[in-house]
Amino acid sequence: MLAYLQTVAVPDMGPTPFLTPRPLADAQVAIVTTAGLQVSDQEGFDWFDSSFRVLPGDRRDLVMSHHSQNFDRAGAIADLNVVYPVDRLAELVTVGLIGSVAPTHISFMGAQRELTTLIHDSGRTAAAHLREQGTDIAILTPV
Amino acid sequence: MCALAHVLEREGIATVTLVTRARLFPEQMRPPRALYCDFPLGRPLGKPRDAAFQRKVLEHALALLDSCEPVLADFPEVVDDDGGAPLACAVPPRVDAGLSPAVGEARGLRAAFDRASGGGITSAIDPGFVEDSLAAFERVQAGTPWRDAGFPERPQRCTLAIRGYYEQAAVALQQSSGGARAAEAWFVDHTIAGGTIKSALAAMRASGEPGNEWGILLSTLQDR
Repeated sequence: MLAYLQTVAVPDMGPTPFLTPRPLADAQVAIVTTAGLQVSDQEGFDWFDSSFRVLPGDRRDLVMSHHSQNFDRAGAIADLNVVYPVDRLAELVTVGLIGSVAPTHISFMGAQRELTTLIHDSGRTAAAHLREQGTDIAILTPV
Repeated sequence: MCALAHVLEREGIATVTLVTRARLFPEQMRPPRALYCDFPLGRPLGKPRDAAFQRKVLEHALALLDSCEPVLADFPEVVDDDGGAPLACAVPPRVDAGLSPAVGEARGLRAAFDRASGGGITSAIDPGFVEDSLAAFERVQAGTPWRDAGFPERPQRCTLAIRGYYEQAAVALQQSSGGARAAEAWFVDHTIAGGTIKSALAAMRASGEPGNEWGILLSTLQDR
């Protein structure tokens, strides 16, 4: 698999944007994953689907509809936190490391063939959603 | 994931990206903050049901927000991909001797599949779809051309559903995911369904039709 990944063309994303974040202890933190997750009453992902799903933070009826064969699924079947660490973030609030957990999180599906829609459309729309709910920091978990 | 980090940061959300297996992506795409974790693909927090380890990963990631410039750091611990070591999972006895071997096996796993999801993520799988898909693979195995075998969907979608069904049942039976790819290895090498798909795959390849017609049926790790 690693050999295959090394053959994938890496897009040129240009200069790295860089924000000075709010202090962690005051910050609202959200998860943005590419695990292809939805809650049970949302539509699943289609092949090479670059849309996203908004995952309410209090929902645990999570379903994975990622289309790639090339990753381990059993870990997530046993424990959602291994891809979607929502319970771990709640614990970090309790100990005061972060300010709060966002009310909703975001899931895309990884293994995209082209990134144009994600970069110019759905990624920006997801960012607007996060901004509107007051999210300061996103932890990105890949699949 | 690194592209998404660029987009979100540009749009006002500070990001920390966990990266597994392929360090070349953050090296070349330069997201604002990335923590490279040598963990199996599909387990970005490293270890299921190990809250302390997962917290440690998050704490390392969040610490990167103290940096005043773009940063790519390495998590100090490695979690190995167990690859070929299969889960030791016994398949329940077949409940209906009148069913074909693979369909009967799948039916026997139904109860385990249904009780999964204790703290985990399930897959959107219809057990009837799994049985119909397995019946189609059995027909290919028996010599029917794959286009005439009655697949309910493209064969790649069928294998994804079958694999997901078996892995979900296996985790429920074992009360554990085992090592990374262990449930997948069990499915491919130790079940009738896995053997049926491998045989059918060989027949599809031998038919001479291009692979892009029937797609990737097994992961690169298991297609051997």
